[in-house]
Amino acid sequence: MMKRVTIFSGHYGSGKTNLAVNYALMLREMDYKVSIADLDIVNPYFRTKDSEELFAKNDIELISLPFANTSVDLPSLPSAAYGLFDRKDRQVIIDLGGDDRGALALGRFVPRLKEDNDYEMIFTVNFYRPLTTTVEEAYEVFREIEYASKLKFTKIVNNSNLGEETTAEDVIRTVEMTEHLAKLTNTEVMYTAVKESIADDVLKAVGNNKVFRLKLQEKLF
Amino acid sequence: MADKVLMKGNEAIAEAAIKAGCRHYFGYPITPQTEIAAYMAKRMPKIGGVFLQAESEISAINMVYGVAGTGMRVMTSSSSPGVSLKQEGISYIAGADLPALIVNVQRGGPGLGGIQPSQSDYFQATKGGGHGDYHLIVLAPASVQEMADMTILSFELAEKYRVPAMLLADGTMGQMMEPVELPEVDYKPTEKDWTVTGTQMKRKHNIVNSLYLLPEELEKTNIERFERYKAIEENEARYESFMMEDAEYCVVAFGIASRVSKNAVIAARNMGIKVGMIRPITLWPFPKKPLAEAAEKVKGFLSVELSMGQMIEDVKLATECKKPVELCNRVGGMIPTPEQVLEAIKKMAGGEK
Repeated sequence: MMKRVTIFSGHYGSGKTNLAVNYALMLREMDYKVSIADLDIVNPYFRTKDSEELFAKNDIELISLPFANTSVDLPSLPSAAYGLFDRKDRQVIIDLGGDDRGALALGRFVPRLKEDNDYEMIFTVNFYRPLTTTVEEAYEVFREIEYASKLKFTKIVNNSNLGEETTAEDVIRTVEMTEHLAKLTNTEVMYTAVKESIADDVLKAVGNNKVFRLKLQEKLF
Repeated sequence: MADKVLMKGNEAIAEAAIKAGCRHYFGYPITPQTEIAAYMAKRMPKIGGVFLQAESEISAINMVYGVAGTGMRVMTSSSSPGVSLKQEGISYIAGADLPALIVNVQRGGPGLGGIQPSQSDYFQATKGGGHGDYHLIVLAPASVQEMADMTILSFELAEKYRVPAMLLADGTMGQMMEPVELPEVDYKPTEKDWTVTGTQMKRKHNIVNSLYLLPEELEKTNIERFERYKAIEENEARYESFMMEDAEYCVVAFGIASRVSKNAVIAARNMGIKVGMIRPITLWPFPKKPLAEAAEKVKGFLSVELSMGQMIEDVKLATECKKPVELCNRVGGMIPTPEQVLEAIKKMAGGEK
């Protein structure tokens, strides 16, 4: 059963925004009404708002912070985000800021999330990112975010990659680590996200349906 | 796991500093370099190092001054307005002949400016910055890998010459993510004859100081210091030469501007324009020699900068204005596009060939 609200959280730079954008596009393909809320109060440089045009084209509603992309480094939450809990005809994706500090932004919405009990709280992990290169390190960040957000993770998305250089082999070796983390935290692996060019190779090796094809990659400078 | 990790430029600086043996970080947060402090805050306590968020940039740089006097590897990092605040302390460190690393992940200015990338602290970094006659060794990375490698090199050069070093990056370099291989550094702190680490009553005490009340003595220390600067200029100028063998035009760019320019140079070559690029890796010492040599061969230079034109002055000096030097720039947090640089190259070459 697909939950109405999907929250992407995780270590700083683990690829939450890219995953949220790709997930929104997938939901649109399935003909859901989709809203995406950018609650990243940590990073003023890269964010969901960068994909504004793409959202407009695909009829995805974007709710972003009042000062997003204005260079005004003022962490504040969009008032429209509150309304999302009453508009039950929509699928809602929440893109949180990195780490425990980013997860704090969720605090205001936790009572409603728990009351409705129709959400998926996703821990995204890239095992090639410093400070989450091992299961133990990732576990530490996992618990720090849960503590700050006051919400338990329900699923894990493996987004391990080395940017443009990523090979299928790089991804495959992280699949077992993700399973291990899921066992340790009593959650389940939702999928391993891979760029289109290596998706088939990963699929062959992993041998299950838990591979998510990233149609869109964040642009690098 | 593979040897590579996917890192932000800022994180690469922090981890490389730790690899280089730096166990003391003092700073004050400012966008777009805060990840350096955040990373240090996480890592330093785990390895017996010190992370300290000072009450201001001024206290942070003076803490750096203090640790530098003991000969231990120490650093601070900030962004443009914060680096301005540090200038008094940097001048003291230079005046006391101490090695230290100062990282500047530049943002738009002047004043509080903006948080987007810029290269407009070039003058401040390369011409001294604070008061008095002095230089910093200034390195300008152009990839996340170089952010790591040059952090290590900065510590080594600073120590070798007892001169503070500056890593001059910008917001994009700090924020962008690329795969990095972090080298293992074989560093063991060595005994130095100038540190203030306690005499144990076995030797005469050392003095770390930048105050000289006798003008003759101050003159002497200044002249001696410039002897060292001369050696640095002779031995440490670094640059990358790209497609310069048969070049008729030469683009000069560092850091993020050189990445953009490289694309433009390739595009221009595809159009038949013989253009190359010299990328200064050290901004001080400035790679004067390759530019002077290029001035004998090319028809003109194009300085590509994220400033109103600062490095262009050094290009003119290095080439003794033998050939025209044009400017291609964006400022205030904007970055020139490869198309803009290509247009400037085409204009310089007198239209498409």
